[in-house]
Amino acid sequence: MTEPSSEDPQGELLATPLYGLHVALGARMVPFAGYAMPVQYPAGILAEHKWTREAAGLFDVSHMGQAVVEAPDWATAAAALETLVPADVAGLAPGRQRYTQLLNEAGGIVDDLMIARPADPASGRLMLVLNASRKHVDVATIAARLPAGVTIAPQPDRALLALQGPKAGAVLEAMAPDLAGTIFMDVRTVSLDGWIDATVSRSGYTGEDGFEISVAADVAEALARRLLDHPDVHPIGLGARDSLRLEAGLCLYGHEIDETTSPVEAGLVWSIQKRRRDEGGFPGIDRFRREMAEGPARVRVGILPEGRAPAREGTEIRARDGRPVGVVTSGGFAPTLNAPVAMGYVEPALAAPGTELDLVVRGKPLPARVAALPFVLTRFKRRSL
Amino acid sequence: MTLYSRDHEWIRIDGNVATIGISQYAQAQLGDVVFVDLPETGKAIEKGKEAAVVESVKAASEVYAPISGTVFEVNAALTDNPGLVNEDPEGRGWFVKLHVPQGTDTSHLLSEADYKAYLDTL
Repeated sequence: MTEPSSEDPQGELLATPLYGLHVALGARMVPFAGYAMPVQYPAGILAEHKWTREAAGLFDVSHMGQAVVEAPDWATAAAALETLVPADVAGLAPGRQRYTQLLNEAGGIVDDLMIARPADPASGRLMLVLNASRKHVDVATIAARLPAGVTIAPQPDRALLALQGPKAGAVLEAMAPDLAGTIFMDVRTVSLDGWIDATVSRSGYTGEDGFEISVAADVAEALARRLLDHPDVHPIGLGARDSLRLEAGLCLYGHEIDETTSPVEAGLVWSIQKRRRDEGGFPGIDRFRREMAEGPARVRVGILPEGRAPAREGTEIRARDGRPVGVVTSGGFAPTLNAPVAMGYVEPALAAPGTELDLVVRGKPLPARVAALPFVLTRFKRRSL
Repeated sequence: MTLYSRDHEWIRIDGNVATIGISQYAQAQLGDVVFVDLPETGKAIEKGKEAAVVESVKAASEVYAPISGTVFEVNAALTDNPGLVNEDPEGRGWFVKLHVPQGTDTSHLLSEADYKAYLDTL
């Protein structure tokens, strides 16, 4: 049997502040973006996935980049970031965050990231969360474009934990009453249990309600153990993190998006607010306007294989007449659906849900259909009427 | 008697019938199995070539035939319940049965004791 694939370790792997805890919990550690990370705990990926959908899962995402942009005032900070990303940063209310993309001059995606504005309206600070594999490129790219008086500083001394699932709200609100009443994409600086200073955003990468919790590295293990003491909270590895985000139809950098793909192709136009579409002023604006007017050359779609065989990344997508029309960017098994799912790029003419395609798995064309994303309905905590 | 390959397949030969599956160690390495791609009956498979593909949540892995033979039965139960490979890899989670010539050479395969010793080196 071939060994299940994992990345080849390249030299020394970095450890997150929770490395010792992962090992103590019996995690299988694998190399990921230069870090030794838990791919699964003894419960296994399927059980971890289901637990997150039904209760609350704790993820160590400390490998991700955290960085702070500091300017004399809010307007200066927002204007500086708007030269790099297509989101309406200036329109971000205090205590809110937005998902956006760092773009290159050709309109390709250098990285996707979260930008958070502190609750203090006088603050000239922006907090960024970056992909682990891209954080050094991102910081260098941003630093090169910032005007005098605006700085970016990585925060390597901070850990990031994600608590995700329908019970995450009750668990964390009990530790920080200030979080009660927050909704999807709110950001708060709170004291957890009255002693752990944390910056908490109500967001995540699973499609569930939940939080990303930034704390100093030296209290990360104490916080993780405190959360895991709760009977509704189990540790969840990268394996389930990937199957959860795939069901939620979310992009993974290096798979759905990279320096060649654009926000229009990737179906991320929702993250570019109207003022920015009208005014432009972000890298790749020519490509953005052309693709909005004429349509992109390819578009990201969800795909449901009809059989049981998963179609992995790199699988060729064919039209029913046998013509190659695209490639799978992520594919696997969706535990919630108990069926294989995939995402990939196809010609826009073949992007309508229900369109019949073939996926070439081990040389055999297997029937599949384009499906609406997300595969599993998201349950973010939105403002109720 | 069950013999093992260094690629973590097991094989049990009874007369000219060889049953093939993956070891307890292999299923633990794979994690949750969600699909098994089994060969057509009647297919001739050479020693060391692909006999099946097992898909876990994470990845696809090829299963190699420890000896040459012709497929005459596949484990249809795996189609509806691929998790049998995790539950009982060396029993109900078998993959294929091959017709093999009498007196097939198995000297390249490991006894259970030798396989366990080999696992300790990994």
